[in-house]
Amino acid sequence: MAKVKIQKKDIWIDMTPMSDVMTLLLCFFMLTSTFLTPEPIQVTTPSSVSEVKVPEGDVLNILVSPKGQIYLGTENKNHMRAMMEEMTDRFGVSLNATQQKHFLEDAMVGAPMDKLAQYLSLEPEKMTEAIQMLGIPTDSINGGMSEFQMWVKAARDANPDIKIAIKSDASTSYKTVKAMMSELQDMSENRYQLITNLKTASEE
Amino acid sequence: MAKKNLSKQKKMDTRVNFTPMVDMMMLLITFFMLCTTLAKPQSMQLTMPSNDDNVQKEDKSVTKASHTITLYLGADNKIWYIAGLPNYEDPSCVKETTYGANGVRDVLIKHTTEEGVNPVAKIMMAKKELDAKKSAYNSTMTDKQYQEQLSLIKKGQLPNGEKVPTMTVIIRPLDTATYDNMISALDEMLICSIDKYVIDKINPDDRALIEKAGVK
Repeated sequence: MAKVKIQKKDIWIDMTPMSDVMTLLLCFFMLTSTFLTPEPIQVTTPSSVSEVKVPEGDVLNILVSPKGQIYLGTENKNHMRAMMEEMTDRFGVSLNATQQKHFLEDAMVGAPMDKLAQYLSLEPEKMTEAIQMLGIPTDSINGGMSEFQMWVKAARDANPDIKIAIKSDASTSYKTVKAMMSELQDMSENRYQLITNLKTASEE
Repeated sequence: MAKKNLSKQKKMDTRVNFTPMVDMMMLLITFFMLCTTLAKPQSMQLTMPSNDDNVQKEDKSVTKASHTITLYLGADNKIWYIAGLPNYEDPSCVKETTYGANGVRDVLIKHTTEEGVNPVAKIMMAKKELDAKKSAYNSTMTDKQYQEQLSLIKKGQLPNGEKVPTMTVIIRPLDTATYDNMISALDEMLICSIDKYVIDKINPDDRALIEKAGVK
């Protein structure tokens, strides 16, 4: 009986097609990705059946945390700079180059004007912690506009076409949202986009 | 001698090992897949009434009592409603219901006006037919046509020529309600294709009434 001869085969697999596909996928993800801008506070938005998308540009994001702190910001850094300049001029706050850099690196403004300079001189790691304790005050200053209203006005001056998007946590009390919207209504800003999650059929 | 050396050139394997490269690419792809947000969040349009008193008085239009429903959003995800105009003397006109399809939506759909029709049910039916027409296999309807017809339906002009009255819903969230409650109420307006709704504040008359009715 002849011995069964096990053939020694070369087990080299051609990886070229696989790496081709992977390169394509990689390029796709690199080009389509827009990174999440870290928000000062993570919020869970309520879900709704509305299928309207959030507009691409010119959006002023207003973030309301469950505790009722208010943050605002826009993606366009030029507008953010204009807003910063207007507000610092009005309150007589002067920021140095590092503080300005920190301001523009942040996605949202969240510090009251009297603490802004102090907040912006912190280390970037400490800033993310510190901002969770802060928030833009909505109290009227000497019977006039509040700091929040001034920020919104500054944003409106920087970009007249800006749309207001409100992002709030589902558990936020309506009282807080009402107070914030009432301030906006006082300055004739009556149209908002409420940011929600899409409700799936199973939740219906 | 030298000639012999040349001819005896070693045959090198020209295959390059791609495995490390593929490994690295996999890692990169995973990174990008996890870090990207492909789906944009949805949003909901909301127009609030102006706080300016002068504008309000001019634009106030009167709707028939039976065309109005008032919703009170209270604490602990509770919701109350008044069909018709509130009767400030009688707290029993405030009735409790729940969020969702079996609660407030049912109330809206089954609401009968003084003309004896259920406008919300009819409008929803017409919208369903329109949606079916839009998504039909050989549909030639453009988005613009769809929106035009939809706005007609929402105004109460049904495609079969019938004209139904439109409902006006007043949403009054209490301070104890959450933002989620407000969105749920607005959601019902979208589902029921109600065009005229407003989020309003609670005035002293309302407060007295709902306190008597036990709304918190």
